Amino acid sequence: MQRRFNTPLWSGLILIFVAVFSYLLLFVRWPITRDVPWVTFLLFAVALVLLVTGFRRAQRKIAASIVLAIGVGLIGFFTVGTLVLTKNLPQSQRAPAIGQKAPDFTLPDSNQKSVTLSQFAAANSGVLLIFYRGYW
Amino acid sequence: MQPVAISVDTPEESRNLATKAGYTFPILSDRNADVIRSYDVLHKGAGENGRDIARPAEFLIDRTGVVRWRNLTEDYRVRATPEQMLAAARSLH
Repeated sequence: MQRRFNTPLWSGLILIFVAVFSYLLLFVRWPITRDVPWVTFLLFAVALVLLVTGFRRAQRKIAASIVLAIGVGLIGFFTVGTLVLTKNLPQSQRAPAIGQKAPDFTLPDSNQKSVTLSQFAAANSGVLLIFYRGYW
Repeated sequence: MQPVAISVDTPEESRNLATKAGYTFPILSDRNADVIRSYDVLHKGAGENGRDIARPAEFLIDRTGVVRWRNLTEDYRVRATPEQMLAAARSLH
């Protein structure tokens, strides 16, 4: 019997890679596709259907089950990574609350010029202070 | 009202970011995370090679230095939207 290329199985696996990389490179840019990665999960759903269809059709079940396991594993990693690990943040219970005085400070800006919060806030009718993780 | 960003990046890294992204507001460099610590927004060991970095957080501070609005996200992929921040900023006036 001639062995046919298992298109659904392999396209399912490729689609999972496409889903993960399109999230990391593209969909992460917009809150609507980043905050809840629905486009990515939709692609995963299609990919899973393809993988299972391909697995059923496969003649070499062991090879097919390895591909299926890799696919499901990748989906698992992504899901845990985006829905669990990114929520692993400190409590920040002592962060200045609304109505409290913000701790004053002086720090260098990107041109090595010193910026003092109290002076800057007074001069600009307020400040939106944005702490971010940085690009290391 | 002016935005001011803070991270543990060097001034040079911040300058690259500002150039790339076209930011004109000040980007401050808190190398030892002293200010980040004083706002209790330190995320221990979360950076590259286990470095301490800032967790994402936004504080709107009025001209007298009082916090008028803040956002401490529960998921670092989810940040305050520009609309939320603008609405908070408008409430200052």
